[in-house]
Amino acid sequence: MKEAGNTSGQTSGQKMLLTMTGIGVFCALMIVLSYQGTLPRIEQLKAEALEKAIFKVVPGMESKRTFRMESDGSFTEVSGKEKDARLVYAGYDKEGKLVGVAVEAAGMGFADVIKVIYGYDPEKEAVVGFYVLESKETPGLGDKIEKDPNFLANFEALDVSLTEDKSKTKNTVVAVKHGEKKNNWEVDGITGATISSRAIGNLLGTSTAEMAPVLHKNKAFFEVKKGQ
Amino acid sequence: MSQLTKDKTGEGFWGNLANSPSTNEFLKGLWKENPVFVQVLGMCPTLAVTNTAMNGLAMGLATTFVLLMSNILVSSLRNVIPKQVRIASYILIIATFVTMTDYAIQAISVDLSKALGAFISLIVVNCLILGRAEAFASKNTVGKSMLDALGMGFGFVIGLLSLGAVREILGNGSIFGIPVFPASFQEWVIMILPPGGFFTLAMWLMFFNHRKQKKAAL
Amino acid sequence: MNQESLFAIFINASLINNFVLAYFLGICPFLGVSGKMETATKMGAAVTFVMIISSVCAYGLHALLVSIDAIYLQLISYIVVIAATVQLVEMFIKKMSPALFRALGIFLPLITTNCAILGLALFQTNKGYGLAQSVVYALGAGIGFTLALVLMAGLREKLNFAETPNLVKGTALTLLIAGILSLAFMGFAGLGSN
Repeated sequence: MKEAGNTSGQTSGQKMLLTMTGIGVFCALMIVLSYQGTLPRIEQLKAEALEKAIFKVVPGMESKRTFRMESDGSFTEVSGKEKDARLVYAGYDKEGKLVGVAVEAAGMGFADVIKVIYGYDPEKEAVVGFYVLESKETPGLGDKIEKDPNFLANFEALDVSLTEDKSKTKNTVVAVKHGEKKNNWEVDGITGATISSRAIGNLLGTSTAEMAPVLHKNKAFFEVKKGQ
Repeated sequence: MSQLTKDKTGEGFWGNLANSPSTNEFLKGLWKENPVFVQVLGMCPTLAVTNTAMNGLAMGLATTFVLLMSNILVSSLRNVIPKQVRIASYILIIATFVTMTDYAIQAISVDLSKALGAFISLIVVNCLILGRAEAFASKNTVGKSMLDALGMGFGFVIGLLSLGAVREILGNGSIFGIPVFPASFQEWVIMILPPGGFFTLAMWLMFFNHRKQKKAAL
Repeated sequence: MNQESLFAIFINASLINNFVLAYFLGICPFLGVSGKMETATKMGAAVTFVMIISSVCAYGLHALLVSIDAIYLQLISYIVVIAATVQLVEMFIKKMSPALFRALGIFLPLITTNCAILGLALFQTNKGYGLAQSVVYALGAGIGFTLALVLMAGLREKLNFAETPNLVKGTALTLLIAGILSLAFMGFAGLGSN
């Protein structure tokens, strides 16, 4: 009796294992196939979305060149996307004149990390455009940072001018309460989205303090035309 | 009902039980056993993504797709899978189709996958899908399971859509992004915030309670 | 990758972005077992326990998947690992402490399909938390879940003695209370930032 029970237990154990393996292999196959099938399209869509955002934040831009920022603060031109590299996108008008540089920045918001892209104009020494790439801020409150016209107007000309020796920004960008904006390096916040607007102020402050001097220093480098 | 909608396909693939016309398998999910309003199943996505009608619709369709595919596979394998490992197999199958749906949505639209975010992945733990696999697909023919999945799926879509529509109209003054109120309308922001989700679903459930009580009183 | 302080993560997961009341994760057990204070506390403890374990597992698993470049298997491996963890924990508790098993027993299988667990694993991966951060995040989420469950159970125990209109009896009433609780928890917004 005991032996019979054991053998039947074994066969059903084998069957179980076989079925599970079969299903596992089938599932893995399906996942890999769908992943590889959709990958090119997903990457293309993402690249398109980024491209659109770049052209949005640098007004008057007609063509684009991508640069990789090296650890010593110099830039190398690259073609296409590079993994784990800090990229900036220089924008040029019809005559090939530099109109601005688009930079990505990220910081902690209310719910999760907010990723933005902003345009920096080395001529005006100002932020000239701003777009939220990724945010999970509360719909209806925090997500106003993406749409509120008064808030977005802050970034049409946000002063990030440099000190005399061009080594750092004169004033750090900071968010203030709605209606209390006095200087043009301050970000006029949104009522009901205080934390999210403060997060934007902080992440722009950090990013511009680091990037504005570097970008300004390399202004001439960006202006050099291809092949020269 | 069964008199009006006669089972045209008859026997075979669509099932051969005379006393349960296959149209019933489809219709029961839409109204009588609606997963959202009657069974109150799969609440996480129901409340989390229905802040606009569009998101509700997309989430509903994604869930319907996963439900349909997993029901088909589970019912066609119902004689192969040993009883002891059935739940584990169902979870594997469901997770596979959810992953595929996730990639499909990312490939369709960046904005949509941004709005639905991690909640697409959470379809895996939607009790509705595992529930249908266990309670229906593991015991019925492929054809009937398909009808069951479609019925339940569309019932879920109706549920999500009616929640999303109410929340978007009141909370954002629009439906599918088209404004319905004059500009002077003050949005009830609370409706698209988490509490609004609870309140809207409670309101729909009260509506269904009311209907039931009225019917019982007659 | 993520520089958040442990305290901020804890406050964020337990109060500000409470899993149940702000993310709607784990609504099924929230509606199902919040009738009695005693069961609510036990369910909360069981969920917190499984959350911490599966959070550690998910952290290791993610590192493994990244190293073999198979990130597309993330979802399926998470759910399998969570299901297996729950089984193992169940067996372990049964062996080690039959008393605790009797108390938690019936809730453990339910936890596999609790979206809060899978949600936690996915969110911590998205946020790029380190090991310590993940564990604190899991602890915060678990305590937040327990808090919501216990608050709800307390309210529902009191409401058993109140007269409620027929119209709202059942799930509708629970949902209304949940909405009010969720409103109250919105008051925590801003806590811990700065």
